[in-house]
Amino acid sequence: MPLIRLSRLLFAAAVLALAGFASLPAHAGPFEDAVAQFAEGSFADSEEAVGKLIASGNPRAAQIITALQDQRLYADSDTKLVFIKGADGKITSAATGEAVADLPDNASKVKLNNKLRRTVEAAMAGLTLLSPDLDKRIQAAQQVFKSHEEAMLPTVEAALKAEKNAAAKQAFAEARAAILLFKADAPDPDKLDAIAVMKARGDQEALALLTAMPAQQSAAVNSAIAGAKASIDRSLAMWSMVQNGWYGLSLGSVLLLAAIGLAITFGVMGVINMAHGEMVMLGAYTTFVVQETIRTRYPALFDYSLLIAVPLAFLVAGAIGVLIERTVIRFLYGRPLETLLATWGISLLLQQAVRTIFGANNREVGNPSWMSGAFDIGQITITYNRLWILCFTLAVFAILLAMLRYTALGLEMRAVTQNRRMAASMGIATSRVDALTFGLGSGIAGIAGVALSQIDNVSPNLGQSYIIDSFMVVVFGGVGNLWGTLVGAFSLGIANKFLEPFAGAVLGKIAILVLIILFIQKRPRGLFALKGRAVEA
Amino acid sequence: MTPHILTRSLNRGALIFLLVVAAAGILLPLSNLLLPESSALHVPTYLISLFGKYVCYAILALSIDLIWGYCGILSLGHGAFFALGGYAMGMYLMRQIGSRGVYGNPILPDFMVFLNYKALPWYWYGFDHFWFAALMVLLVPGLLAFCFGWLAFRSRVTGVYLSIITQAMTYALLLAFFRNDFGFGGNNGLTDFKDILGFNVQAEGTRAALFMLSCLALAIGFLICRSVVTSKLGKVLIAIRDAESRTRFLGYRVESYKLFVFTLSACMAGVAGALYVPQVGIINPGEFAPGNSIEAVIWVAVGGRGTLIGAALGAIVVNYAKTVFTSGPLAPYWLFMLGAMFVLVTLLLPKGIVGTVNAWLEPWKAKRLSRNAESAAREDGVIKPNMAE
Repeated sequence: MPLIRLSRLLFAAAVLALAGFASLPAHAGPFEDAVAQFAEGSFADSEEAVGKLIASGNPRAAQIITALQDQRLYADSDTKLVFIKGADGKITSAATGEAVADLPDNASKVKLNNKLRRTVEAAMAGLTLLSPDLDKRIQAAQQVFKSHEEAMLPTVEAALKAEKNAAAKQAFAEARAAILLFKADAPDPDKLDAIAVMKARGDQEALALLTAMPAQQSAAVNSAIAGAKASIDRSLAMWSMVQNGWYGLSLGSVLLLAAIGLAITFGVMGVINMAHGEMVMLGAYTTFVVQETIRTRYPALFDYSLLIAVPLAFLVAGAIGVLIERTVIRFLYGRPLETLLATWGISLLLQQAVRTIFGANNREVGNPSWMSGAFDIGQITITYNRLWILCFTLAVFAILLAMLRYTALGLEMRAVTQNRRMAASMGIATSRVDALTFGLGSGIAGIAGVALSQIDNVSPNLGQSYIIDSFMVVVFGGVGNLWGTLVGAFSLGIANKFLEPFAGAVLGKIAILVLIILFIQKRPRGLFALKGRAVEA
Repeated sequence: MTPHILTRSLNRGALIFLLVVAAAGILLPLSNLLLPESSALHVPTYLISLFGKYVCYAILALSIDLIWGYCGILSLGHGAFFALGGYAMGMYLMRQIGSRGVYGNPILPDFMVFLNYKALPWYWYGFDHFWFAALMVLLVPGLLAFCFGWLAFRSRVTGVYLSIITQAMTYALLLAFFRNDFGFGGNNGLTDFKDILGFNVQAEGTRAALFMLSCLALAIGFLICRSVVTSKLGKVLIAIRDAESRTRFLGYRVESYKLFVFTLSACMAGVAGALYVPQVGIINPGEFAPGNSIEAVIWVAVGGRGTLIGAALGAIVVNYAKTVFTSGPLAPYWLFMLGAMFVLVTLLLPKGIVGTVNAWLEPWKAKRLSRNAESAAREDGVIKPNMAE
């Protein structure tokens, strides 16, 4: 049983390694013997050499074994010298690591067969289990967890005993449990413990291991397995709900961000702004320009690029919005269908203009450091950029709500929304309110562009991909009511993500569109419709 | 009744339009087929196909004008009906390929072999008969429009809301037809056609015949539209366009009128699509793109909404301009042109070309009208777009 022998070797290696890496160079004798043994030429010798190398605990052992694995180890059978050919073609002495000018003429590759290859692989895993680097140890433990190679058990147990770090300890315990599950002669109490460990882990991999366990088990173990499986199934189902919910919230926040400006212009002015998506695009391109400037002039500011881009994008998109309102839309009030066509034309113009200036290809917008990366909660992974976008969306929403409620402009906007003619009679300059509203809506679209540049491709077509979704949100939520837009965006986002596992992404989206079309039949003015005689006008 | 309808729907403008269409439909194919290529009057085959495409667009524009110009329904999803008609025809053409495909499968079209279909999906049954496909060209868009309209009009979805959900409809269909497992060829669509009714689709004679048929369809479609808009029903439609609530209060069932004209218009769009596919040689999901439908609306706006002739004219003019611009060095500027067209037409030329010309001719017409008192020159074509909503 070479594996058993190997495991003994590994165990010895573990004990040696634990005795302390600091004293390693002292064991030069056996290490050099082991290296020289590769020159003997037989597979059995090579295998023995691998074992001795690990036992020697020499830091060069890993390098030599890797070289053997990659077929870069050469040995001269006359002089018993062994060489490593680096990936770059440079030759070094295996024993000392000193550079050698050339391979001796009669040096040949140390051969591998399948049995030796297995030994080498197990040896490598054993080496990394004892690595001083914490991440490598955990990685190796996870590797063992997946392969649950019985031969690794003594090493894993030794490593577990010596481990101080809690995370690594956990990983080792799980690796040990995985091995015990598959060890035919493990006593039942050990197996029950192992099953409990799997149950606590509770993820897809643990479930897979439990399912793959050999069938012949005692009754107690079998019932424990069944219990653990049921428990893992439950927790997996729960987590997948949570995950869908999170994805839904994330999608909803994107929809809300894209639709919120549209809701304002549509709500206050009854104007369908087909160029709304292009305002989002302009915001994204503003972010791109800001980042480019920062990259070339003030690289230190890169982490603040988005903070700088937000007000700029608001100004750029808002200014263009006011310009559009003053030059085109103003003349088309009371003709919503014509407005729709004219703004579609504007969207084509803006797209083509951006394409001419920046090119048709995607532009790269980077994530600042605080927006990249992810963290885990239980079984789900949450990326920082999605989380920030959700927070940002809610902040924008809250600010907008406060603005509508507490500022003079907000009051005027609400008045115009509810009854334009009455508002005009009360002395509100409705045309000024219209221009400012359009600017505000466009500016918010620009801000949305800054956020969306973090998760989507920045291209001239960016806006187009959001325009229909944004309309759906506004139509679904109802006009003239920001809360409707909020509810609409999040319910569409969540519904979409919960449909996806059953129907697939595209069919899910189609289903949502059909549902909205049907919903409109029931409530033609959306979830939260304005009431009163002004609505019919 | 028939002569009555004809005299009522054929005013001077309509007659001139029909004559022009007939002349084009006869002379162009004849010059293509009979005159030698060296002749100055010879029309090359590629132009026949190109004009055939324009004529199909003109039929589509006509169908949009019928509902938008006369009933105030702005559909941003008419391209969907066009494409559905096109797919029905495309399916027939696919079945005609038979075993001449790349994979030589006698039952399954190439893309199905490629996508590992084992049997023909049930909804492809019947499409090896031309009459069935022709029926589907009318039925599928008509039925979709009927169901959609029945739901939408009954619950009084109007104005921009209707526009948005028609756009959502075509968008949903776009997504659906892009799927490979939907059974319509995925994003490659249907192409590589060989025969139509036993004639080679590539042949000059077939192309000329298709062009003639398209012109005939345009003429018939125009006549149908004219007879609808000049009838009593047409008056109610215009009333709905100008004051929907008031018409309802007067006791008309607004939704039934709308539903009828919407379904009729969808069928026309379907026919346009069916004629378009054999001439262009391909149908793919791109035809469902919301942008296409909106572009079709601008043809109508350019030509003159609520004039029918204007719609057809607009489709031809705009598409001719598109061909000229996109094939020349000006290609990058075409979208600027198109965008500017949307803005300028709605701002400066709200009546479109024909509407504006009609307005110029108004004084002259009034003089003539007073001369022969009450004759057939009762003109309903000119509308005031400002009253739309």
